[in-house]
Amino acid sequence: MTTPAVRLTGITKRFGPVIANDTVDLEVASGTIHGIVGENGAGKSTLVSILYGFYSADSGMMEVDGAPVTIADSAQAIAHGIGMVHQHFMLIPDFTVLENVMLGAEGGALLRDGKAATRAELLRLERDYALDVDPDAVVGDLPVGMQQRVEILKALRRGARILILDEPTGVLTPAETDRFFDILRGLRAQGVTVLLITHKLREIMDVTDNVSVMRRGKMVAHRRTAETTREEIAELMVGRTVSFEVDRIDAVPGPVAMSAHGLTWHDAGGVARLSDVSLDLRNGEILGLAGVSGNGQSELLDILAGIVPVQAGRIVIGSREVAAQSPADPAQMRRLGLAHVPEDRHQRGLILPFDAAENSVLGYHDGPRTGDGRLLDPKAMHAHCAALMARFDVRPGDPRQRAAGFSGGNQQKLVMAREIEPEPRIMLIGQPTRGVDIGGIAFIHAEIMARKAAGCAILLVSVELDEILALSDRIMVMNAGRVVGEVPRAKADTRRIGMMMAGVAEDSAA
Amino acid sequence: MTWLDLMLILDSTLRVATPLILCAMAGLVSERAGVIDIGLEGKLLASAFAAAAAAALTGSAWVGLLAALGISVFLSLVHGFACITHKGEQIISGIAINILASGLTVVAGVALFRQGGQTPSLPREARFPSIKLPGSESLADVPWFGPFWRELVSGHTLPVYLAVLAVPFVWWLLWRTRFGLRLRAVGEMPVAVDSAGISVTWLRYRAVIIAGLLCGIAGAFLSIAHGAGFVREMSAGKGYIALAAMIFGKWRPWSVFFACLLFGFLEAGAARIQGVALPLVGEVPIEVVLVLPYVATVILLAGFFGKAMPPRALGVPYRKER
Repeated sequence: MTTPAVRLTGITKRFGPVIANDTVDLEVASGTIHGIVGENGAGKSTLVSILYGFYSADSGMMEVDGAPVTIADSAQAIAHGIGMVHQHFMLIPDFTVLENVMLGAEGGALLRDGKAATRAELLRLERDYALDVDPDAVVGDLPVGMQQRVEILKALRRGARILILDEPTGVLTPAETDRFFDILRGLRAQGVTVLLITHKLREIMDVTDNVSVMRRGKMVAHRRTAETTREEIAELMVGRTVSFEVDRIDAVPGPVAMSAHGLTWHDAGGVARLSDVSLDLRNGEILGLAGVSGNGQSELLDILAGIVPVQAGRIVIGSREVAAQSPADPAQMRRLGLAHVPEDRHQRGLILPFDAAENSVLGYHDGPRTGDGRLLDPKAMHAHCAALMARFDVRPGDPRQRAAGFSGGNQQKLVMAREIEPEPRIMLIGQPTRGVDIGGIAFIHAEIMARKAAGCAILLVSVELDEILALSDRIMVMNAGRVVGEVPRAKADTRRIGMMMAGVAEDSAA
Repeated sequence: MTWLDLMLILDSTLRVATPLILCAMAGLVSERAGVIDIGLEGKLLASAFAAAAAAALTGSAWVGLLAALGISVFLSLVHGFACITHKGEQIISGIAINILASGLTVVAGVALFRQGGQTPSLPREARFPSIKLPGSESLADVPWFGPFWRELVSGHTLPVYLAVLAVPFVWWLLWRTRFGLRLRAVGEMPVAVDSAGISVTWLRYRAVIIAGLLCGIAGAFLSIAHGAGFVREMSAGKGYIALAAMIFGKWRPWSVFFACLLFGFLEAGAARIQGVALPLVGEVPIEVVLVLPYVATVILLAGFFGKAMPPRALGVPYRKER
């Protein structure tokens, strides 16, 4: 047995009353890819942040390559050969690749000497690890997959032999993810130890040698990846058995509840974000909209919800036609029976500093939920919110708690509860389970299914392809603002949809 | 208008623009590091007072300059302590410095000199003299170049030359040195700087100290180079105009420099049309003339010169534990 690259013993970290890490042990063998999985809030990010010196542990021991170390800041972590690629990239968008890679180790007080040396070093690393990036490109102009390479190169240049990757694939397309895994295997072949933090089981099974599972701040299991299964890891993560399958309710699609014809939309810069998008939403049917984020899904949701005015094309709901000459604001759309669960619950779904009761009436504040429409009736609001929270299993069920104080899953349930309660005939649902733990996902999926069974027409937008595949009756794929094609559920699989997401049209993908 | 007239107008433009250039460069360094510097006005006023008071008491312009630098850096450190160390609201801290400077200069002035808040008029030795460059007399008769050299280039006080040198210096510091790369990075994304193992706090402190030094020179210019003593509120909004020029120049040294010259030109031009009968309108009342540069500032800033993109982390204190 060789010396482990990293050994953590009894790491404990508290944030106020919350124990983020509770006597956590971890051993990472040198030259392996080691996965750390857990639900959101299980303490994975805290643990690696301690290893990288962002936080300091309240107690516990750290060893790197067999030698005990104290790491008080990132500079010390780097000195011990630890590099980190953060979930949100630590890159300065206005700087070039070269400048970003230099930052922190510029090689002299004047940039001129350092730039030449760094460029040579960067090109050598790019060659050794097969990571091509143009050193003079401005980082903000690069696609995310490329930005990630810059992050990896940055860590390698600082001499990282232990590389921590925090949720690295959240922003990547399926194809980019595959390429990224090849990069990880390449790093391992060069002797780099990789620590992969994720909550996606598929990644763990595909790429890791060993896996450690965290649950609510504790390390609950270590497994060799070859000797475990996806189901076992999932069970360890949530502490109970979960089924990945949604209990599908098959309803016979009814008449068209909402349709869009030829929607085209240009942003302020004149760039076409949507080009000639048409769709029919039927009662009792879920239409899944797949696509790498940023390909027009968000714009489409905004237009259908009435947030962004129609520029060209029209939307038909019953006898009402919404077009550039006859716009409708979100309140009018809501009166037409449409409900909208926005993609970004922090920016648009909730007002975080407001309490749960206030959030539970947003958009419906002129209705009976709040009082007489002019004055608020706090008692009625609280009672109403408490009932909603009980029905949708929002925990803690306290209407006075500020929205910011709930976990991601419970925030999302609160938004879903608010939008489902008036029993809309049409629902637009964006990213229903982003940042939601497995237990919450199952609940939210069941609610969406129940709405469908009740005859609601649902448009589901998600970057999680598995979610689209599990819930939808039909799947529409978008790329670069256009509808690439549509696939019925029976004929949909990851590979086919993935090709379409990359812009390969339906007939040539088959 | 003759060539000589033009040289004279540009000469006074440069003189009027000097405090603007120095303050705007100060603001640029501070804000590129992510620290809003609305306290330019206060630092300018306080250092003008300190320079005049120290020069009056010791009879030395150099001691006056040192005092100006000292007080200005001190106020910068107060701002830094509030905004960087204690993550306070940067605009409030800046305004507090402005109010503090406005009040304290008068109180200290009355206490020290008993002249209603002014300092005594300074003798020649206690001020920075005009520097005559070689050739300003011997080449005066050379057409074009003579007036240019004699009126525009030669004959300014030390702070004017420092102001002009400050522009390439700031550019070089920010775009050609390691310190500058880090400073610009910390104004865009401090968390990236932190994760690269560099202290965000120390970088930002150095930025506000440099801002303090530049502001101090500007203050000394007002009271012991351009003027001959301190007068209440003698900064007269120049710190704010410098801030406007910095935004107008989009936080880029050369653009900011030209913005300062433009504002200086408006003011210098206004001084020249006082009492002059203009065609159509006749003689313009002095009040209207004096207010012109400020009106022009408002109009120029009204946004028809394209949107300025401030540093991303401007005004946001860096908190590590989220």
